[in-house]
Amino acid sequence: MSGPLLEIRGLRVEFATPRGVARVLVGVDLDVDRGEVVGLVGESGCGKSVTALAVLRLLRAPGRVSGGRVRFQGRDLLALPEPGMRGVRGRGIAMIFQAPRDCLNPVLTIGRQLGLLLARHDRVAGGAATARARELCEMVELPDPERVLRAYPHELSGGMCQRAMIALALACRPALLIADEATTALDVTVQLQILLLLRGLRDTLGLAQLIITHNLGVVAEACQRVAVMYAGEIVETAAVGELFAAPRHPYTRRLLAARPRIGAAPDGEPIPGSVPDPLARPPGCAFHPRCHRAQPRCGEQHPEPAVLGPGRTVRCYYPEP
Amino acid sequence: MSLLAVEALCQEYRVPAGVFARRPLVAVDRVSLGLREGETLGVVGESGSGKSTLARCILQLERPSGGTVTFDGRELTTLGGRELRGVRRLLQMVFQDPAASLNPRLRVGYTVAEPLRLHRLREGGAAVGARVEELLRAVGLGPEHVDRYPHQLSGGQQQRVAIARALACEPRLVALDEPTSALDVSVQAALLALLRDLQARLGLAYLFISHDLAVVSAMAGRLMVMYLGQVVEEGAATELLARPRHPYTQALVSAVPRDTPWAEPARLVVAGEPGSSLARAAGCRFAPRCPWAVGRCRAEPQPLRPVGAGHAAACWRAAAGELPPWPGTAGRTERR
Repeated sequence: MSGPLLEIRGLRVEFATPRGVARVLVGVDLDVDRGEVVGLVGESGCGKSVTALAVLRLLRAPGRVSGGRVRFQGRDLLALPEPGMRGVRGRGIAMIFQAPRDCLNPVLTIGRQLGLLLARHDRVAGGAATARARELCEMVELPDPERVLRAYPHELSGGMCQRAMIALALACRPALLIADEATTALDVTVQLQILLLLRGLRDTLGLAQLIITHNLGVVAEACQRVAVMYAGEIVETAAVGELFAAPRHPYTRRLLAARPRIGAAPDGEPIPGSVPDPLARPPGCAFHPRCHRAQPRCGEQHPEPAVLGPGRTVRCYYPEP
Repeated sequence: MSLLAVEALCQEYRVPAGVFARRPLVAVDRVSLGLREGETLGVVGESGSGKSTLARCILQLERPSGGTVTFDGRELTTLGGRELRGVRRLLQMVFQDPAASLNPRLRVGYTVAEPLRLHRLREGGAAVGARVEELLRAVGLGPEHVDRYPHQLSGGQQQRVAIARALACEPRLVALDEPTSALDVSVQAALLALLRDLQARLGLAYLFISHDLAVVSAMAGRLMVMYLGQVVEEGAATELLARPRHPYTQALVSAVPRDTPWAEPARLVVAGEPGSSLARAAGCRFAPRCPWAVGRCRAEPQPLRPVGAGHAAACWRAAAGELPPWPGTAGRTERR
């Protein structure tokens, strides 16, 4: 098995709407290597979550994948029959979401939910399942596992629900965890606890992660590599240090400048205009109407990603120096 | 003299505890603060800290169960009827979710004109119309937005309408309750710049409420940190963020995700979660999560104690210099 763990090439997703076809992903390229933590960052509506749902083939009508390919552990996920795909979900790729309490079954205890999962995927039950459930609780640092396993989701705090979600996600020993805004709904002191937990899982289990977030601070905290998304495509990829030290895409630079920082005067010259309507994408580069570096060419031709170095690409004709 | 002076403000709710029984939930517990004309006080805390309830009690949107609120020399908690309505015009609020705080069935122009008519600030259609356009221009919107409905606007534009509606009353104090939390980073930056600009032009006082220390530090000169209804620390923003003295403030500052991947922030990571204001502890409410807590912390209530010039913390150990020194942001090491 060679190549990256997850390889997304030219992924396109469309949503049929009464007003026409919305092109939500227009060719997403993204790799996640074994044991690597990659951030997918962008503002609301840029297609981050749709990318994750398309990879797991969880998109619902009217959304559909209209092109591209997704390879995971060498298998083409978009061509896999549904029973095979069920084996990938959970066992190959697990996903956690923003609202952990909404994702847990409210009428089953945490222990029962873990038990069902272990019985279905790992075919373990009884004492072995209980032992594994306790082990998973310890892995996600849930205090007092006995009590948590007997508890219903409403009896747990938000942070404990997210830990329980992560325990469920880890139950089938996935190779890749997709975390979609997994810390956004949590209080900041709890967010830090979960980010430290995810980092620990990378170090101890070698768990590869795709961390979807709008928060560049979370990227700085948790990721090794980062892909910046704008209007349905990746506009820049880089090692996380390089991206923060020298952003090359004008959108990335503006985004980094706009975030409020403690002890730094806000220099966020705001980005003018707003995100394009997926039903009416501007010709050329999708960012050019808002870009301070735009030239006539940017409105005419759609830039392809230019490779600037190993793992470093930028989709821009006139990148920042 | 302060524009606003709040003394020992309390708000207690009775919440169900069983079928008939009720028990008290102290959402705001003896909070005092002062705010001068043109000044911004930042109120920081996590969910359940009572920061929104505090603002609502100051504006008399709900009546506090104890304490006093003096605005421009008048005590508001005993004021009623016409008098209260007159004062209320001068105290306005902007809420977190603009989509929920604007009436979806009213056009923008009507929403902004309503306070002008209610408070008789302009008479006649032409004068009202001109003032609405002026207010929209002040928040960066154009005359083309007058006839739009809220759903036809972006989140940032909706929040600008909510600000224009607040400004229509010609207030002297605006309580901003997480005004940018629902917005994207790039939109947030523009809105914060607008709020600073409006303050400079109109001399507004802001009570700026947020869970996000970075956002608050961009807005407020002074900060107040709340935990489960109580103020645990207050002081000048730069001083408080560089040298937080209360362990909870230290944990809060620690929890702000690092600026850059190479920053190595000094950190106090605390276990557990805030819990609830229901369980009334005799001592410090943070003690169950505090790594430095000792017997006295759990036994005695912790009033604010001075720990520096204009800087106070509700921690006797911090005041006594018993806590380990805090390296603060200046102590961050950088490695490339």
